[in-house]
Amino acid sequence: MATKKFMYLNRRSSFGTIYAIESLEVVLIAAAFEQDVSLAFIDDGVYQIVEGQNADGIGMKNFSKTFHALGDYDINKLYVSAESLEERGLSADDLMPLVYEDEDDDWAEKPSIKVVFNVELSKIMSEQDVCLSF
Amino acid sequence: MADILGAEVDEEGFLVDLGDWTKEIAEKMAKDDDVDLSDEHWDVINFLRDYFEEYQIAPAVRVLTKAIAKRMGKDKGNSKYLYSLFPYGPGKQGCRFAGLPKPTGCI
Repeated sequence: MATKKFMYLNRRSSFGTIYAIESLEVVLIAAAFEQDVSLAFIDDGVYQIVEGQNADGIGMKNFSKTFHALGDYDINKLYVSAESLEERGLSADDLMPLVYEDEDDDWAEKPSIKVVFNVELSKIMSEQDVCLSF
Repeated sequence: MADILGAEVDEEGFLVDLGDWTKEIAEKMAKDDDVDLSDEHWDVINFLRDYFEEYQIAPAVRVLTKAIAKRMGKDKGNSKYLYSLFPYGPGKQGCRFAGLPKPTGCI
């Protein structure tokens, strides 16, 4: 099977709807098929990767921890909209320190998150074979 | 609904409530599969439980193999060794014994 470029757009916050957790589930499944997977966090989607989430009070699984496993699944392209962060008073420092180990560089730990401006993000999107929006 | 030692399991034998897990349940599941749980099995089962605690998912077998190689060495982190312990698949069978859900991406 030829490898395709899949991008998953995350536009909603973590717990208000089922979109965020379903997106992550689909991402992990796609990774099992060894496709080229990248994620984008736009609008309220940026809240999904904010550090220090706590779901205790609402009786839901705190699946934000699962983002730390993405590196193990060779998913290491997480693009975050700079404009969306700024509109919400957030910065890159508020996000989880997500990393992956680079096989080609003696397993050096490298950051997976890249904050990009929307103009660059739309260029990356146009290079994808498939974009799925959640 | 089926159960193991009083704990409810789904149609594939995975625990419905992860909180029900006990060592006795793992031993009973293994016995039903004709597997004798050794220290080596427990290393993997404990690893899976720690992984779930940390990441909230049951790892895919490829990821599990890599993670075990990193934590316990290449002689254990390879699929031949892991399949020798869990003939029905280290992901699927191992996660079941460990009380975890079926691995995400496992079909």
